[in-house]
Amino acid sequence: MDFLTILQILDSTVRLATPLLLACLAGLWSERAGIFDIGLEGKMLIAAFFAAAIAYTSGSVWVGLFAGIAASMVLAVLHGLASITFRGNQLISGVAINFLAAGLAVVIAQTWFAQGGRTPQLPSEARFANIELPGAATRIRDIAQQGPLGQIYSELISGHSILVYLALACVPLTWWVLYRTRFGLRLRAVGENPAAVDTAGISVMGLRFAAVMIAGVLCGIAGAYLSTALSSGFVKDMSAGRGFIALAALIFAKWRPWYALSACLLFGFFDAVGNRYQNIQLGDFIVPVQFMQALPYILVVIVLAGLVGKAIPPRAGGEPYVKER
Amino acid sequence: MDKMPKWADVVLIPLISVVLALLVSGLVVAIIGESPWRAMQIMVRGAFGSAYGWGYTLYYATNFIFTGLAVAVAFHARLFNIGGEGQAALGGLGVAVILLAVDWPHWSLALAAAMGFAMLFAAAWAALPAYLQAKRGSHIVITTIMFNYIASALLVYLLVNVFRVEGSMSPESASFAAATHLPSAADFAGGLGFRGSTPLNISIFLALIACVLVWLLIWRTRLGYEIRAFGHSETAAVYAGINPTKIIMITMLISGALAGMMAINVVMGEAERLVLDFVEGAGFVGIAVALMGRSHPVGVVLAALLFGALYQGGAELQFEMPAISREMIVVIQALVILFTGALDNMVRMPVQQIFLSLRRRAAQAQNSPEA
Repeated sequence: MDFLTILQILDSTVRLATPLLLACLAGLWSERAGIFDIGLEGKMLIAAFFAAAIAYTSGSVWVGLFAGIAASMVLAVLHGLASITFRGNQLISGVAINFLAAGLAVVIAQTWFAQGGRTPQLPSEARFANIELPGAATRIRDIAQQGPLGQIYSELISGHSILVYLALACVPLTWWVLYRTRFGLRLRAVGENPAAVDTAGISVMGLRFAAVMIAGVLCGIAGAYLSTALSSGFVKDMSAGRGFIALAALIFAKWRPWYALSACLLFGFFDAVGNRYQNIQLGDFIVPVQFMQALPYILVVIVLAGLVGKAIPPRAGGEPYVKER
Repeated sequence: MDKMPKWADVVLIPLISVVLALLVSGLVVAIIGESPWRAMQIMVRGAFGSAYGWGYTLYYATNFIFTGLAVAVAFHARLFNIGGEGQAALGGLGVAVILLAVDWPHWSLALAAAMGFAMLFAAAWAALPAYLQAKRGSHIVITTIMFNYIASALLVYLLVNVFRVEGSMSPESASFAAATHLPSAADFAGGLGFRGSTPLNISIFLALIACVLVWLLIWRTRLGYEIRAFGHSETAAVYAGINPTKIIMITMLISGALAGMMAINVVMGEAERLVLDFVEGAGFVGIAVALMGRSHPVGVVLAALLFGALYQGGAELQFEMPAISREMIVVIQALVILFTGALDNMVRMPVQQIFLSLRRRAAQAQNSPEA
C-alpha cells in the first residue's frame, strides 16, 4: 500500500466522518442539556430528503440546505414538545421520530416524484461542489507527481465540500460555547442538576429547548450533506444507521467535543476501509466486511462494559424536569 | 385520590391516542391528495374482507403479539427493550441451526426443539445488554440498539458465508426438510376458506398461549410481583429485599425469548428457511403494540391485530392507490408510538381535568339541596 492510497482512504474517512460528526455534536448538545436524543437518525433522514427535494425543484443547493434544516427543526420541536413540555419519555419520542421520518420521507417522495420513494438525480448546481483550495492539484496524475506534503494538501485537505469544513469548525465552536460562555455553563448545568439552575432563576425549559433546537440545526446540516454532497439525491433509508453510529461515537467520546471528533474520524475510517476493501487479509485470517460494519457498535459495547475507561452520561439525562418537586 | 376511573386510564386514553394517530394519518393521506375515507375502506377490505386477507392479517398479528409481549414484559420492570429486532434475528438463527442439523421425524418434535433454540439464542442476545445494565448501569436502550446492528451484521455474514447453498447467489439457507413444516391454516382451518398459500400457521396458538403465560407470570406469580415492584420503584424494591440484578437479568431473558419466538412463525412456519432480514421491523412494531396495549396481554393482542391489519391492508392500499407508498404504514406506526407513548400526557391531562370537574360538579349537586 503506497502513501497515496493511504491518503485516499483518509480522504474518504473525512468525507464519511462529516455526517457522523455533525450528528454526534447534535447529540452532544442535546444530551448535555439532559435530553436524550435517539432521534438523530430520523432528523438526518428527513433533512436529507427535504434538502434533496427542494434543491432539485429550486435548483439551488443553498435553498435545499435551509429546507433540510427547517425539516429537521420541525422534528426537533416535536421532540421538545414531547419530552420537555409534556414530560413524556424521551426515548420513546426519539423512536417515534425515527419512524416518522423514515415513513414520511418515502411517502412524500413517492407523491412528489413517483420514482419509488426517491428523488431524481440532482444536477451539479443542486449539489455542494468540492472546494479546491488555492494551489491544490486536482487531477490524480498531477497529485501523484507532488511531494508528500503537497499530496497531503491536495488529496486530504483540499477538495471537500464546504459542509465538511463547516462540520470541522463546529468542533471548536461547540467546545468554546459549552466551556467558555455563560450560556454553555448553564446548559451543562441543566443536564447535571436542573433544580439548581431553576433555583438561580434561569428557565430550565428554555435552555433545554435551545439545546434541542441546536441539535435540530446540526442534524439538518448532516442530512443535507448526505443527500446533496456525499451523494446526489435522496434514496430510502439513506442515513443507514449513521444517527446511531453518531450516538455510539458520543458515548465513545464521553460527551466531549474534541473526543467526539476523534471518535467520528475513527468510525469514519472503519467505514472508509470497509468501502474500499471487501475483506481484509491479516496473515491467515480474513476479516469480513460485516465485521468492519459492526465494529463501531462492538467498540461501544466494550466501552460500556467498562473494559476501556468509563463513560458517565450527564446525570439528569432522560429525566423530565418537574418544577418544585 | 384517583384522578379518574380505571376504565378511563385503561381504555379511554389509549383509544383517544389511537384515534388521534389515525386522524393525523388521515390528514397526511388527504394532503397527498387521496381520500382518507376511501383509503381506509380499501385497507379494511384488504385486511378483513377475505380469507386471504385474514390469513395475512393474523400471520402478521402473530409476529406482533410475540414482539409486543417482549417489549411489554420489559416495560413492567421499566426496561425499554428496543432490541427485539436483533433478538428475533438471533431466534431465527437458532431455528435454522437446529432444523438443518437434525433429521426430524415429525414436526411436533422439531417444533419443540426449534422453540427451545429460538428462545435460547434470542435470550442469549438479550443477556449481555441486561448484564451491562444491571452491573455497569449502561443504558439498556443504547446497548440493545447496538446489538441490533451487530446482529444484523452477524446474520449477513453467516448467511453469505456459512448457510448459503452452494452455487446459489441469494443469501439464504437451504430449505428445511418437509417433515419439519408446520401445519398451516389450510390444514387445521381449511373449512374457513384458508388456502394452501396462506402464511398463517399454528404459531398463532403459541402466541395466544404466550399471552396467557405472560399474564400469569406478571400478575399471578411472585416473580411477576417482583418485576412490577422493581418497575414502580427500584429503591422500594431493593428495600423489600428484591435483587435488582436478578430482576433485570430474568426480565430481559424472558423478553428476549419472547422476541425470539417470532422466528417460529416466520422462519419455521412461513419461509421454511432462513432468509435475510426476515424480521422486517416486527421488533420495532412491538414497541408500538406494547405502548398501545398498555403492556397488558389483552391489549397487546388487540394492538397486534390492528397492526396486522395495517400491514396487510397497507399492502392492498399500495395496489389500489399507487400514489400512497407502503411506507404510510410506518408513518401510522410512528404516530401511534408518538401519541400513545411520548405524548401520553398531552391526552391524559385534559381527560383528567374533565373527570375532576365532573366529580366536583357531582359533589356540588349533592351538597346544594342541603345548603
